[in-house]
Amino acid sequence: MAKSHKPVVWFPFAAGGTVIAFFIPVIVLLTFLAALGHVPAGLSYERMHAFAGNGLGKLIVFGVVALSLWSSAHRLRCTCYDFGLRADTLAATVLYVAAIAGSIASAVFLLRI
Amino acid sequence: MKERTVQLEVLRYNPDTDTEAHFQRYEVVCQEEWVVLDALNKVKADIDPTLNYRWSCHMAVCGSCGMMINGEPKLSCHAFLRDYEGVIRVEPLAHFPIERDLVTAPDDFMEKLKRVKPYVIPKEKKPISEGEYKQTPAQLMKFRQYSMCINCMLCYAACPQYGLTPKFIGPAALTLAHRYNLDSRDGGRKERQEVVATHEGVWECTFVGACSEVCPAHVDPASALQQMKITSSIDWIVEHLIPGGKS
Repeated sequence: MAKSHKPVVWFPFAAGGTVIAFFIPVIVLLTFLAALGHVPAGLSYERMHAFAGNGLGKLIVFGVVALSLWSSAHRLRCTCYDFGLRADTLAATVLYVAAIAGSIASAVFLLRI
Repeated sequence: MKERTVQLEVLRYNPDTDTEAHFQRYEVVCQEEWVVLDALNKVKADIDPTLNYRWSCHMAVCGSCGMMINGEPKLSCHAFLRDYEGVIRVEPLAHFPIERDLVTAPDDFMEKLKRVKPYVIPKEKKPISEGEYKQTPAQLMKFRQYSMCINCMLCYAACPQYGLTPKFIGPAALTLAHRYNLDSRDGGRKERQEVVATHEGVWECTFVGACSEVCPAHVDPASALQQMKITSSIDWIVEHLIPGGKS
């Protein structure tokens, strides 16, 4: 029986899971506060724009977005599988393509800043 | 002691006479502090001696009396009647073929257990005259939790992946592989990886975690499988991405 190549998709999934656990709740909370008009001074639009304009900042934002998207795509693929949707190749293709498209879009937007 | 009349709905199947399984209702006078196994024993002793089920120790050690109680995999010696109301439905362990009544055939699990080589494969063989393979308490603690498995197969009955993909090596067998991989006296990890690191091994697991929830010995198979996914991924990187790393 051949060893599986699953680590290719699993490693970024695991990394994304860690990123999601650490960053996403905070981002959701801050976005919620911003929507209500409470933006902390340190996170004003100008400062965030400058952060995303910096090379390292771009890399961090891209890392968080791309890994979170990949992790969510893989988790959804597993959930489909758990619920008995055995068209795994189709589910994997659709979800991974969506995650890759989202990552490319975020890279394009970041590079334009 | 308080008495209570319990309604048991038990799945019956006799391969000699039945074409399919059916439920049979028993009304059993029980003591309040009894477990489901006591109620079944009472049925067998006083009401219906043809009822078949496995049990041995009555103290959650032997792992023989696993069954589905109200749809949940449980040791029947550990399922207290006081935790249940109304009719209690008792069925054989899910995902295993029924042999007779509540008795299932564990052959698939036994075969998988063998495949992961669940025994110490010494790093270096030495003659008995050189003494025992010593281990510190700290080395023991690394794998002790994973050595507490009683082979009750509740985790297989709980695992949706095993139900959907019977080829999956499954929680208990993989956890035992991990237990020996973590043993300081063992050098057999590479051999076990041939089974562990395949699609049917850890990669069939989607980390539902039901195995750890139902485990009566608190082994936490889900954590063992996650740890093995990490080590298997590192192996993969070494084998495929590092020049000269092919083992």
